[in-house]
Amino acid sequence: MATEQATNRIVEVLERDREAIGDRWFRAVTTSTRGKMVPAEVRRELIPVLDALLNGAREGELDAGLPAFDEARALLGEYSRMRARQGFTPSETAVAVFALRDAVLTHIGTDAAIADLPAFSRFIDGLGLHTFETFAASRESVILNQTEQLLELSTPVVKLWDGILAVPLVGTLDSARTQVVMEALLETLVATNSAHAIIDITGVPAVDTQVAQHLLKTIFAARLMGAQCIISGVRPQIAQTIVSLGIDFGDIATKATVADALRVAFNSAGLEVRKTTEKRS
Amino acid sequence: MSERVPIVRIGQILLVSIQVDLSDETTLTLQDDLSNRIVAEGARGVILDISALEIVDSFIARMIGTIAGVSKVLDAETVVVGMRPAVAITLAELGLSLGGVRTALDSDKAFAILRSMGRSATRDDDDDSEDSEGAGETAHTGGAR
Repeated sequence: MATEQATNRIVEVLERDREAIGDRWFRAVTTSTRGKMVPAEVRRELIPVLDALLNGAREGELDAGLPAFDEARALLGEYSRMRARQGFTPSETAVAVFALRDAVLTHIGTDAAIADLPAFSRFIDGLGLHTFETFAASRESVILNQTEQLLELSTPVVKLWDGILAVPLVGTLDSARTQVVMEALLETLVATNSAHAIIDITGVPAVDTQVAQHLLKTIFAARLMGAQCIISGVRPQIAQTIVSLGIDFGDIATKATVADALRVAFNSAGLEVRKTTEKRS
Repeated sequence: MSERVPIVRIGQILLVSIQVDLSDETTLTLQDDLSNRIVAEGARGVILDISALEIVDSFIARMIGTIAGVSKVLDAETVVVGMRPAVAITLAELGLSLGGVRTALDSDKAFAILRSMGRSATRDDDDDSEDSEGAGETAHTGGAR
């Protein structure tokens, strides 16, 4: 069979010129990464791949989907996952596989039967596609993770005390995020039956009229439901900006720290924090 | 004949629980009934439970403000109770106010607010026997911005 002959030839060439093919391959890959990786690193990662490919090819048939190439596929998958995480481009990753074809073809030389080549080419293409798919999948999972983390970051509503909630805002407050924060806060107010909420803006980089408007809307909605809001974490610069922009927070309590805000909340909830008399026995 | 919203008296307080969709006519009837009841019963407080309302438009918002205003003239404080988050967001987005009405999360808190204003649910002034949970409860207005 033509394919079997092709396989045998490839295995033969690979075994005979393993070192030389490897060197050529590693060099091509190193060049393609444009200095992001050192030759030793490339070599360490690709030698197991080359060995696994050779082992797979010895089984007799060149088909990237066969169980014989499971190990090679797993190694290549790991390789492209690493590349994706390190921020390599798709072509920088895929070139690692396609460079192997060039390296092998150079060594097959002129005595290769033309019939051998398509099978080998298909095989490399299969491996390349696999690499590419793994690369895309890992990129997607990275993006998915980041999106989830961002959402979690943006809407924590924490309970400080019975009836007192806190919303630590981190990052710029745009209308989409205000909506999410507002909903989370109001839902939690109802769920925990809390009459006080502290909105902490320590993590908000800048307060302009837009952000202030969003804050006021949230506080207004909470008031409609019967809860009192206190703004905390107003930094000196922010306070200056607020005044120079002419933003009016009306009768909403603003405090410099969460501790101050908590004191206000305790006060209006009729709670008191006292130091216990020191006991020395 | 349009639907009527029931008004329940608890001590000196009238409890209005709106369980039906408010049409303009029902709303006007409620306003009329309530002011008559306040005078007839000598009520000192009105609790307006809107927890069943899924939609509050500008008309209803204005009606709540009017009821509060009328009650105030008749010496009864109004507390709006149980507004849904979605309703609160919509009102805030639209910039509608309830005209300075007091609000509370639930009727327990509303009773506490009224009690702290000296408008107890019981006719005898035995406030001391009430639970102390709401003693320090704050009363805040929903309309101020």
